[in-house]
Amino acid sequence: MRNVVIVARRELAAYFATPVAVVFIVIFLALQGALTFNLGNFFDRNQADLAPFFNFLPWVFLLLIPALTMRLWAEERRLGTIELLLTLPITQGQAVVGKFLAAWVFCAIALALTFPFIITVNILGRPDNGVIATGYAGGLLVAGAFLSIGSALSAATKNQVIAFVLGVAVCFLFAVASYPLVTDFLAKSSPGLAEIVRRLSVAERFQGFTRGVVALRDLIFFASFIGFWLFLNTVIVEHRKAD
Amino acid sequence: MTALIEIDGLTKRFGGFTAVDNVSFTVARGEVLGFLGPNGAGKSTTMRMLAGFMTPTAGTARICGHDVQRDSLAARRALGFLPEGAPTYPDMTVEGFLHFVAAVRGYRGGEAADRVAHAIRLTTLAGVRLQPVETLSKGFKRRVGLAQSMLHDPPVLVLDEPTDGLDPNQKHEVRRLIERMAPDKAIVISTHILEEVDAVCSRAIIIARGRIVADGTPAELERLHPSGKLDDVFRDLTMPAIPTDTRAA
Repeated sequence: MRNVVIVARRELAAYFATPVAVVFIVIFLALQGALTFNLGNFFDRNQADLAPFFNFLPWVFLLLIPALTMRLWAEERRLGTIELLLTLPITQGQAVVGKFLAAWVFCAIALALTFPFIITVNILGRPDNGVIATGYAGGLLVAGAFLSIGSALSAATKNQVIAFVLGVAVCFLFAVASYPLVTDFLAKSSPGLAEIVRRLSVAERFQGFTRGVVALRDLIFFASFIGFWLFLNTVIVEHRKAD
Repeated sequence: MTALIEIDGLTKRFGGFTAVDNVSFTVARGEVLGFLGPNGAGKSTTMRMLAGFMTPTAGTARICGHDVQRDSLAARRALGFLPEGAPTYPDMTVEGFLHFVAAVRGYRGGEAADRVAHAIRLTTLAGVRLQPVETLSKGFKRRVGLAQSMLHDPPVLVLDEPTDGLDPNQKHEVRRLIERMAPDKAIVISTHILEEVDAVCSRAIIIARGRIVADGTPAELERLHPSGKLDDVFRDLTMPAIPTDTRAA
């Protein structure tokens, strides 16, 4: 556990040592603001809640999170520092979890900086702040799910652009899995598969949280989803590290 | 003499290409082994397998009795490793980077600070300790890599080209540093610079096309060629044989 924290702390400091942190946070806040207030009709809806904010959150994450994870392993391999990191007395699992946690904490910071939305909606009306809290918790879990995908794919390549594009593509698949686009198509060919795929949808699981419902099975889903991708990440690191 | 490094039948194949072919040797405490060979001979690959970074196709490597594959963490604790090209995180300061390594090595608080200060003193990095590594010259970067490898005073040091990119004064410093540490450690250094072998190594191995072609003290190796020069010995042993088949097609 101590090694995980040491790796995470170094990784988190690396975000803030470069312009990555500032650029990410500014773009994230600007996008969320623009989408919520303009496309989301935050004011015209005349309802004191953050539904428009949460509706756009997975899509903004979809675009930005692979940018956060693309360097995690690809850069270590390009610089050769992976040889240093993995010959220090830490296990590959500790390195994988440490890096993932650093990116997750960073996402939590970015998400926390959207607090003016909460203040705004509380000044304008009387929102259910419990629902807002579960929405934020769900948002953090969606971020974790996308981060685990991005991190695993970053380990598969030395090229950060490839890591980014693959990350967006795979995250997109898990985001739209519950949309008619996918389910209708699958329902025609194999109805059984359509139901399974729908249950793997990150966006669908997130919906419950935005309505204030925290279901145990959704928590288990996110935990096993993240666990699966981090396991895959460790396997990829093990097999590709010296290539 | 206790062997701190034991390599037995180490082999690495990439597809059909054999990079390292059945390499065996041991290094005892007090020995400085020079690992020589042309580019692509398998020096770095052997060192990577010894450090537990690359999985061998066959054979074993042990550091202080710990198998680098099965008992990997114990082996890595006893090892100081300078990877090829001395990679470091470019955006960290020298001190920040060494503190990270000290933390991973299990040192805390005052002890970590002492270890970092000692490593900085040994490698004369005090003047740049607050500078980000990416702003440093090649020689300083190499010394940051060296500082990292000897921070925990390990019984075994494996250094891949430790003097590459250093100016003559810095090379001299690093050689003296290696000499000072030599009596109670087993040290392997790879190098292209043959005079380095005479300067610091108590023994040298020449490797070509993945195989060991010579193993002995520098004086023994020099006797392998009439000229008595290591350069000539090296060329004789590592140059591909001139084809004797000169029939016209």
